[in-house]
Amino acid sequence: MTPTIVATVLIGGILTGCVYALMALGLSVIFGVIRVVNFAHGEMMAVAMYAAVFLFAAFGLDPLHALPLVAAGLFAFGYALQRRLVEPFVRRPEHEQFILLLAVGVILTNGALILFGPEARGIMTDYAFDSYAVGDIIIDKTKTIAAIAAIIAAAGLLGFFRFARTGKAIRACADNLIGAEVIGLDVKRLYTLTFAVGTACVGVAGTLLAMIIEVTPALGPELTLLAFVIVIVGGLGSMPGAIFGGVLIGVSEALAGLLIVPSMKSMLSFALLIVILVLRPEGLLGRRPS
Amino acid sequence: MIRNLATELSTRDAVAATTLVLLLVAAPFVVGDYLLSVILIILYFAYVGQAWNLMMGIAGQLSLGHALYVGLGAYTAAALFVHFDVPPAIGLFAAMAVAALAGAVIGFLAFRFGISGVYFALLTIAFAEFTRILFSHFDWVGATSGFFLPVENRTSSDLVNLRGTSVMFYYVILTLAAGALVFVRLLAGTRLGYYWRAIREDQIAAQALGINVFRYKMLAVVISAAMTAVGGVFLAFYYNNLFPTDVFGIHRSIEIIVAPIIGGLGTYFGPVVGAFLIGILGEGLTNATEAAGIQTAGIKQLVYGVILLLIIKLVPGGLWPLIARRLGFSIKERRK
Repeated sequence: MTPTIVATVLIGGILTGCVYALMALGLSVIFGVIRVVNFAHGEMMAVAMYAAVFLFAAFGLDPLHALPLVAAGLFAFGYALQRRLVEPFVRRPEHEQFILLLAVGVILTNGALILFGPEARGIMTDYAFDSYAVGDIIIDKTKTIAAIAAIIAAAGLLGFFRFARTGKAIRACADNLIGAEVIGLDVKRLYTLTFAVGTACVGVAGTLLAMIIEVTPALGPELTLLAFVIVIVGGLGSMPGAIFGGVLIGVSEALAGLLIVPSMKSMLSFALLIVILVLRPEGLLGRRPS
Repeated sequence: MIRNLATELSTRDAVAATTLVLLLVAAPFVVGDYLLSVILIILYFAYVGQAWNLMMGIAGQLSLGHALYVGLGAYTAAALFVHFDVPPAIGLFAAMAVAALAGAVIGFLAFRFGISGVYFALLTIAFAEFTRILFSHFDWVGATSGFFLPVENRTSSDLVNLRGTSVMFYYVILTLAAGALVFVRLLAGTRLGYYWRAIREDQIAAQALGINVFRYKMLAVVISAAMTAVGGVFLAFYYNNLFPTDVFGIHRSIEIIVAPIIGGLGTYFGPVVGAFLIGILGEGLTNATEAAGIQTAGIKQLVYGVILLLIIKLVPGGLWPLIARRLGFSIKERRK
């Protein structure tokens, strides 16, 4: 095993990790603000992936062009879901929220199974096999494009929360719910918007991930777990944590695939999750609750 | 204790319970092989649902990784039987011990380090998934290619080796399901049961009253895990084959929790009612789609999802309290 191979794998892991990070960012935003744990997160991701695959297969739409469409679709889906289903659950016991979203996830996974069948489906763009060579290191072109798009989307999201009025209002709700209500913020609307923004994130991340890996119905629950591993490792509710966790998991998966058996790569992630939960439940970058 | 149980039941309850038991005991003589196998699986879910109910419904600890205990129980008893000729009647205890130990480890880590709620649920999933991948690489029990028990012709019944006709398996699981119902009901009436419910309703208040929260939560996990493992042993010897993804997968853990939630969390009869409802519905649906010539995998699970969603949205307390009140049975409801 030469350093070049390690570097190649490492870079691949970082690039995939950027897409993971965007997915986890969506989960973190939803939890950080609404305090609802979206247990259907990966399933929504799979839906976005199927949408991208469908748009490519039916209309020959490049994933990058399909991106706004899928994001808008997922935004609308998240908006409706929060309005119709999740909203009344915000103040219900934790396990009821959990089961509600679990049910949504089961419906999405099996809906995908019925519509698309169990076969793996992917997108084969004409640049799928292109790569850049930096010295001896080979960098996959598709992954690079996906990672750049993910970084742009993540930056846009962070900017939205930092500079936009609505974004600031949403952060106000997260910081101090009663305070936000007192100064007259429409918390219900902001919650709905937050959920929709979170799922739109998933829409973008899903489309990008569809460029890199193939999608099967069973991928949904796996991605949900992956997203949870990432946000808990980074710190549930912390946006920088989600990004850091995403890249970390991307790299650790890539290295595990190289150094151990590829099929054991997620075992490492679960072991990491257990260790973090026990030793530092607020995550690596999360704030210790005071 | 037994008398307590009897006096709490009204005549109406007693008559209904006796009728149900008689019907189920008589079932093998009345229904065909196919229907019997359907009831058998329903009773299996009633059993493991009851074990999960003890932990979540009564002690209030949300586990989403109960497939772990099913799998550990199944693999332990099966491996002892295949590799060392240990009959399941003895292997059963090893299976319970292994699962109880796993439960104790998870419980210790969780309760000692204050992991609760969503974090606890995720911890249970993480352990189940970790073990699933571990067993996928565990060659001694077949890894991904599966672990098989020798299938013999099933004419005579051998309870010690758990080899026999489907009727034997039916009575085994019927006994287990009924036993679990009575066991959980009796346990809930003891001091321990009251501690559990106190912890479920308000852990801080329970602690303030001097209840050793850590100890009793540990007990809930360990007992529930050991009970669930028995279900796993049954599954292994009934199906004669084990695959890691099939046994430990998260969809298995979800399957276990569906019946008690639909029937009514924390009620004693809820898991049974829930198991029958989804069992009949699922089977009916499979038959209907097959009759219509549609071969679609996933339709059953889709409907489970829809039902789960409707129940948790409309009647989060489950269906059994509603049914019981309508039919005039006495029921102790979970408050909240």
